[in-house]
Amino acid sequence: MAEVSLKGVKKSFGRVEIIKGVDIHINDGEFVVFVGPSGCGKSTLLRMIAGLEDITEGTLEIGGRVVNQLQPKQRGVAMVFQNYAIFPHMTVRENIAFGLTIAGASRQEKQQKVAEAARILQMEHLLDRRPSQLSGGQRQRVAIGRAITRKPAVFLFDEPLSNLDAALRMDMRMEIGRLRRQLGTTMIYVTHDQVEAMTLADRIVVLKDGQVMQIGAPMELYHEPANRFVAGFLGAPSMNFLNVDVLDLDGEAAMIGNQSLEPIRVATRRRAFRKDGKAILGIRPQHLRAVQSGQGLLHGVVAHAERLGSETVVDLTLRDDRELIAAFNEDKVFEPGDALELTFDTALAHLFPDELQTH
Amino acid sequence: MASKLTLSNRTGWTFVLPGFALIVTFIVLPFFFAIGLSLTNQRLLSPNPTQFVGLENYRQLLGLAVVTLKPERNDAGEIIRNEAGEIQYPRLREITRSEAYPQFRGMREWFRWQSGENVMVVIASDVVFMKALVNTFLFVLVVAPVQGSLALMLALLINHKLRGINLFRTIYFMPVVVSIVVVSLLWRFIYDGQNGLLNSILQALTFGLFQPVDWLGNPSTALPAVMAMSIWQAVGFHMVIWLAGLQTISPTLYEAAAVEGASRWQTFRYVTWPGLRNTAVLVLVVITMQGFALFAQIDVMTNGGPLDSTQTLVFQAVERGYGKQDISGGSTISVILFAIVLAISLIQRWLTRER
Repeated sequence: MAEVSLKGVKKSFGRVEIIKGVDIHINDGEFVVFVGPSGCGKSTLLRMIAGLEDITEGTLEIGGRVVNQLQPKQRGVAMVFQNYAIFPHMTVRENIAFGLTIAGASRQEKQQKVAEAARILQMEHLLDRRPSQLSGGQRQRVAIGRAITRKPAVFLFDEPLSNLDAALRMDMRMEIGRLRRQLGTTMIYVTHDQVEAMTLADRIVVLKDGQVMQIGAPMELYHEPANRFVAGFLGAPSMNFLNVDVLDLDGEAAMIGNQSLEPIRVATRRRAFRKDGKAILGIRPQHLRAVQSGQGLLHGVVAHAERLGSETVVDLTLRDDRELIAAFNEDKVFEPGDALELTFDTALAHLFPDELQTH
Repeated sequence: MASKLTLSNRTGWTFVLPGFALIVTFIVLPFFFAIGLSLTNQRLLSPNPTQFVGLENYRQLLGLAVVTLKPERNDAGEIIRNEAGEIQYPRLREITRSEAYPQFRGMREWFRWQSGENVMVVIASDVVFMKALVNTFLFVLVVAPVQGSLALMLALLINHKLRGINLFRTIYFMPVVVSIVVVSLLWRFIYDGQNGLLNSILQALTFGLFQPVDWLGNPSTALPAVMAMSIWQAVGFHMVIWLAGLQTISPTLYEAAAVEGASRWQTFRYVTWPGLRNTAVLVLVVITMQGFALFAQIDVMTNGGPLDSTQTLVFQAVERGYGKQDISGGSTISVILFAIVLAISLIQRWLTRER
């Protein structure tokens, strides 16, 4: 078990900077998820922690020891890869025991540790099979088995569920959650799937273009996103963003509105805005409610509706021709062309500066 | 787009015909011809009619026997020794030409060894063929492992993403694209006993201590010299095959091994080598086949000499069939070679089968 600490970590390939100075402190036994769109550098960052990529600048500490120059094996980490990376010519047993074989462990020790890993992962019956005889989920379980037999200080997961189909992904997600409680080891998990991030993480690190956008507990990020990117990245369907005019400012709130939005007051949350300037209003689709005509804050026409049973997702065209997604947690029928008025709790809305606006 | 042309079976066969005809004429027919001719006494040009001789040709080639020579004794039963104290034996030809042993008629000594006070002599009806057989096997047994492993080592060396690595790949592959005849001619100069490059280099490296060797003119160095040159010439080809095999191994397997703490050797043993299993089979089979077909180097460099030390099966087949106009003899060697290669392929397939 160990803490992991990244200080001013940078990575360049030639002149291209991929990781632009990252500071993250991960506590002992914590489950941290790196999440971000593809190309944000999350996998690269994980591989730098594993020792598979060099660190161009900054320091990486694992368990209080600077490991920048150490080989992967000296860092005390184990890694689970997206495409499993289990050895095709070895049986499940040999695969799980691989790290022990490399370390020259005795047959007895191997047997005991493989049995333990197999018990934890409930795959005793698969031990003599070859990877080609296993399903994707079973293969990934073998890879996890290989990782846990060595009792590493830190577990690294590089999109471990991305190659699995949806149903299996949910099973494995729960399994990883269970494993995590059972082992209590520090885990770093990379994914582009926000559901995995939200459900598994103690803390989420949102990355974009090699920079940390926000670090925090899942609900903290969901309810108090630090910026528009984080707000839009977490939550499905993703947050609606409306271009609004700042009509008035008073201390901690701003009066905003536009063609299709009645003037409302929204907390500024210490962000700077300018009177008569532009701003962006973020509203989660789930926070929108349909109301009687004349009571709504937003006015639009139904363009398309999806009924999911537990939820109805409506795509609206607002008066100013912008699109808005609303999600109602009940089964409702909407026909394209229906006029719809929506309201929302202004305390749940977020106001972001318009980055494109010149001040 | 399905036109009449691509749908018509007849059109298809018309396109196939020229290639098919060539294959039949130059590969299929000669194959059966060889088997047929090996059972006759056909000569390339002969006024005599061809006769069916059964397996006589095979007996002629493969006839082998062991003869025990007992020491000559005087009337008192004592072993006769010469002045140097060496035991005297009857001459072999007293047996092979004796009316008492018609089965040994015409056979000649291949090699002999001492067994107690007796001497065992292996006699063969065709000593040159036997030497060719042994040389060919020796060639394959040396070249296959050495060339295969050397090629693998080169492949491992060039399987890196380094600046200018393609230059090395090109250099190692270059001998392959040069005709083997040209390469053989060049190496004849290198191996020259008077002022060949190899002798000059060795002398320079040893400050003149090295005594020049006529590499191709010495029975003990000629075959190794041909082997070395053959290994050098084709190693690039097999390197490319190994390289292709190496590149099919998923890089994440190496990363997984690195994270698990595998050393370089362990990575090779547990990741690289098992991943190359199919490639290894291919390389081994190809080298073996090429080894058995050894001809051009011999023809250009040594002509089977000196003292038959570089005779090979294919060289003998050609030498007999065309040099001595003994088509049936050449055919027989070809058929024997075919049987050997077939047997080895089957054994290799069995050994490397999927388990």
